[in-house]
Amino acid sequence: MRTSIHASASSEAPAAAPALPRSPSRQVVRRLRRSRSAMLGGVILLTLVVAAVAAPLLTPYEPLVMNPVERLQPPNARHWFGTDVFGRDLFTRMLFGARISLQTGLISVSIALLVGVPMGLLAGFYGGLTDRSLMRLVDLMLTFPGILLALVIIAVLGPNLLNAMLAVGVSASPAFARVVRATVLTSKEQAYVEAARVVGCSNARIMLRHILPNTVAPIIVLGTLGVAGAIIAAAALSYLGLGIQPPTPEWGALLSEGRNYLRVAWWLTTFPGLAIMTAVLAINLLGDGLRDALDPRLQS
Amino acid sequence: MVQFVLRRLLLAVPTMLAASVVVFLMLHLVPGDPAIIFFGDQPVTPERLELVRRQMGLHRPLAVQYLDFIRGIPRGDLGRSIHNRTPVLEELVTRVPSSAQLALAAFLVAVALGLGLGLVSALSRGKWIDSGAMLVALSGVSMPIFWLASMLIFVFSLKLGWFPATGFGGWNRLVLPAVALGFISSATLARLVRSSVLEVLGQPFVTTARSKGLREAVVISRHVLKNAFIAVITVMGLQFGTLLSGAVITETVFARPGVGKMLVDAISNKDFPLVQGAVLFIALVYIVINLLVDLSYAYLDPRIRFE
Repeated sequence: MRTSIHASASSEAPAAAPALPRSPSRQVVRRLRRSRSAMLGGVILLTLVVAAVAAPLLTPYEPLVMNPVERLQPPNARHWFGTDVFGRDLFTRMLFGARISLQTGLISVSIALLVGVPMGLLAGFYGGLTDRSLMRLVDLMLTFPGILLALVIIAVLGPNLLNAMLAVGVSASPAFARVVRATVLTSKEQAYVEAARVVGCSNARIMLRHILPNTVAPIIVLGTLGVAGAIIAAAALSYLGLGIQPPTPEWGALLSEGRNYLRVAWWLTTFPGLAIMTAVLAINLLGDGLRDALDPRLQS
Repeated sequence: MVQFVLRRLLLAVPTMLAASVVVFLMLHLVPGDPAIIFFGDQPVTPERLELVRRQMGLHRPLAVQYLDFIRGIPRGDLGRSIHNRTPVLEELVTRVPSSAQLALAAFLVAVALGLGLGLVSALSRGKWIDSGAMLVALSGVSMPIFWLASMLIFVFSLKLGWFPATGFGGWNRLVLPAVALGFISSATLARLVRSSVLEVLGQPFVTTARSKGLREAVVISRHVLKNAFIAVITVMGLQFGTLLSGAVITETVFARPGVGKMLVDAISNKDFPLVQGAVLFIALVYIVINLLVDLSYAYLDPRIRFE
């Protein structure tokens, strides 16, 4: 008997499907796909990621091998973006640099998430002294504007790639803590949290299973835009000589190498800068599109 | 209003103290002994090292050193540079004019550009001017300041020869750094001005003002802009933070002898008392600016004063 009910239900399911509302995530994807600027950003970003991954296949040159005979050549058919002072192909160095720059952005934001999300979650959920202490810490971190906190961390830890990512990640974390806390404050008053408490869920379970999923949308938006900011911040540290050290090809470091040859080799500064700008612009376009697609006010 | 100002001033004190703790501890969290850094690569006997550690006061308990550091601040005693032994305050004082000049000029450029682009964009919503202005703003958000600065030097200094590329003194040395820093800071402002103005344009009091027969210019200046300003001032305050950190990079690119360049050089040279002084100075300026922003809210919106 039970089998027959299942059978009839499943045979009716396709007819009933069109009347069902789309799931929220599918609605978001649909709205995102309708945004031309977000799609443009996504395509540019995807192209950059593919180029970075397939770098060895796209160029016959090595990023670190010097060739003094071909030093400081302007862009030409053999070297599309010219060569640097050691005769290395700039296009090749930028392709390999994309790997490091994009990774730096992603890892820095992951660090910011690891630091900021638990802070915001605990502060918003427990309130009281926990909230006050954690938010004072966030306020204190925000006392050092922009790149200054990252500079302080670099001053303490010393300049290298790992410390640059750590510095950029930690200095970006207060923004995540604040956004997550604000979302948690709204979510914890909802009836389903009360229901979870009534059926005996522990605080940890309520936080992780019922409240944390509500913070995903703002985290996605802030995280995406954060990658853009992190790429620029890490490039700035490299430019100042306080991030990735030569001869590693990172976009900011390439720009820094080029600045001493601005008069004789404009390409060394121009192309890495354009690469940073293109990547950041693409991520910003995608992030703006995601924000519009995820904004509940637009859903109504 | 006086009560509000006093309350906000009192609240700024613990923040400043906390910032000073962080800055002070920084020196002691650094791997390596500042005394060894002082000697650099020179060979040194343990006795001489101990003497220098005592001269620097590093042998005393951390709390005592912090209290001494705090007591020194009102007297202007921020320690001495490890490398050239000059007082940190003296180093700061000689560099503040250059930084202040750059920050002020860049702020003016940012406000003029941000307000202009945002307002034009909002008033021409959906037209090509709107898209163009927002594209300029978006490129400003996405552009690394050190690249824009390098491009400005390449075009206006090396190619056209209109402005000097580096240094301090005279308005012509200020134009390129101020434009670079101001443009980057204006981008966020332009986006916010646009959305604030659009939000206010949809309010009933704007419809009322229009239905009274007021000219559009009057509606915009008297009703729209004034109400859109609260959100704009917040971002202008926050942008000052971006401006301060941007100044660190701008000063380095244009070789301007400011506090930002001093900080970068001090980090490279591991001159920690100088790093402390510069970081503390920038943090204090930022706290004061935020305080002024809060006070300006209260001035613009009487509801805030009475909360």
